[in-house]
Amino acid sequence: MDLAHVAHLARLHLTDAEMAQFAAQLKDILGYVAKLNELDVTGVEPTAHATPLTNVLRADEVRPSLPTAVVMQNAPAQDRDLFLVPKIVE
Amino acid sequence: MSLSALTIHETRDRLRRGDITARQVTQAVLDRIAAVDGKVQAYLWLNPDDALRQAAAADVTKPLGGIPVALKDVINVTGQPCTCASKILQGYIAPYDAFVVRQLKAAGAVLLGRTNMDEFAMGSSTENSSWGTTRNPWDLARIPGGSSGGSAAAVAADEAIAALGSDTGGSIRQPAALCGCVGFKPTYGRVSRYGLVAFASSLDQIGPLTKDVRDCAMLLNVLAGHDALDSTSVPRPVPDYTAALGQDVKGLRIGLPKEYFIPGLDQEVEATVRAAVRQLESLGAEVVEISLPHSEYAVAVYYLIATAEASANLARFDGVRYGLRVAGDDVNDLYGNTRGAGFGPEVKRRIILGTYALSAGYYDAYYLRAQKVRTLIRQDFATAFQKCDVIVTPTTPEVAFKAGEKSADPLKMYLSDIFTISVNLAGICGISVPCGFVRKLPVGLQIIGPAFGEESVLRVAHAYEQATAWHKERPAL
Repeated sequence: MDLAHVAHLARLHLTDAEMAQFAAQLKDILGYVAKLNELDVTGVEPTAHATPLTNVLRADEVRPSLPTAVVMQNAPAQDRDLFLVPKIVE
Repeated sequence: MSLSALTIHETRDRLRRGDITARQVTQAVLDRIAAVDGKVQAYLWLNPDDALRQAAAADVTKPLGGIPVALKDVINVTGQPCTCASKILQGYIAPYDAFVVRQLKAAGAVLLGRTNMDEFAMGSSTENSSWGTTRNPWDLARIPGGSSGGSAAAVAADEAIAALGSDTGGSIRQPAALCGCVGFKPTYGRVSRYGLVAFASSLDQIGPLTKDVRDCAMLLNVLAGHDALDSTSVPRPVPDYTAALGQDVKGLRIGLPKEYFIPGLDQEVEATVRAAVRQLESLGAEVVEISLPHSEYAVAVYYLIATAEASANLARFDGVRYGLRVAGDDVNDLYGNTRGAGFGPEVKRRIILGTYALSAGYYDAYYLRAQKVRTLIRQDFATAFQKCDVIVTPTTPEVAFKAGEKSADPLKMYLSDIFTISVNLAGICGISVPCGFVRKLPVGLQIIGPAFGEESVLRVAHAYEQATAWHKERPAL
């Protein structure tokens, strides 16, 4: 596993010590899960979840939702009901 | 005996007779917490004044009127913190009630406080909490199990009349077994997850941790039901689960899966579970040997599917809308810094593993293959339930282990869930009930039922419990 690449995909900064520790532990775990290769799964349908429900729809109607002030109460940085983030587009 | 030692039904009966008041009950539980939680460390957050106010206003004619209930710190209650035992949610105040919280409030329960857990429910010992480890009330040098370790320890130590946990791979049943209480993971879709912070959405389910089986049924009556806000919630009527109690088990077929009695299962735990099976047999149940041939693959399937789903679910913790923010030069840096500082080691490991299992070039080999083996595991259960009504197994391969014993070896920790994980993968239901002690530590008996087979599971669990006295044992604290 290219750990630095995967950490980047996950937007997760790891320290050098974490990189070293995780590399060894993940090697063990991937070694263990390789036992799934013992099985022949040809023609087996994958299970995404165990409920018999499909396409649960609701009427497209306006319903009560959280007030903006309540949504904003946990924001780490905000201005006039907007979440502040670093500049994305130059 | 302190009122804190009562069950839900004992408390309810005394409240309705007028022997005691709801305020006395909540006060007794708060006193018990003050006396023992310094040792057990089950709670992360308490608001005694608010709990007493709720108790004073409680309507004891309601199903859970005046009953103090503790919540795992992963379930949202308006105005309370909900940290999931993670630094990334330090200071977060929930803006809404989970479905189960609405149900508890409507039933008159007193919401007592929030219990410790493994960070984002990832772990089997509560050692992955960012706020310290909960201790097993039976031996403070040992872990209570996890991830709902705080809820299980609180119930076992009489620091709550009952509690809620969540179970993705055994996180209710395993700590219930290790702490000597009752823990039930309902069928996938039986209880709405609206307001439960998501870990692995195809597996997560909320359920009760209680002092006996009757309490479990009473709590499930309140928690179960359809909710349009969780699209996996199944629109199916909720029976009165207490009606399943008190029925005998004569002629009921109990399946014993040979794959669960394996090397690695503690011999004394095995002997204890086999004695429980003989007890059920003596009550008239018929024991049949069954096979769940893909059991040995369950842990591998779980650690690919659960981590893949977790890597997607936890993407929301990005330092923008809530929780911790650690500044960065650009937005990617902000995400990476925030998540690097906010998540603990186990959560990071799982996000990495799940991201890898879903990444280009590896998806088919890992995630898709795991989903296919999941189908084989489901089929094992479907076949088995043609031969039996419920399946009985040990809940865990061993009794509670010592703090620090497995924390350096994630794979070893993962294998402690070997007997509970398949139930989540198959989407069916399972309970753990106390069935004895090994080296003075509790042992759990797992009773598994088919999808929406809650009543059969409760019926067997109650019949067993009524024939034994294990559930009445309490730790000396």
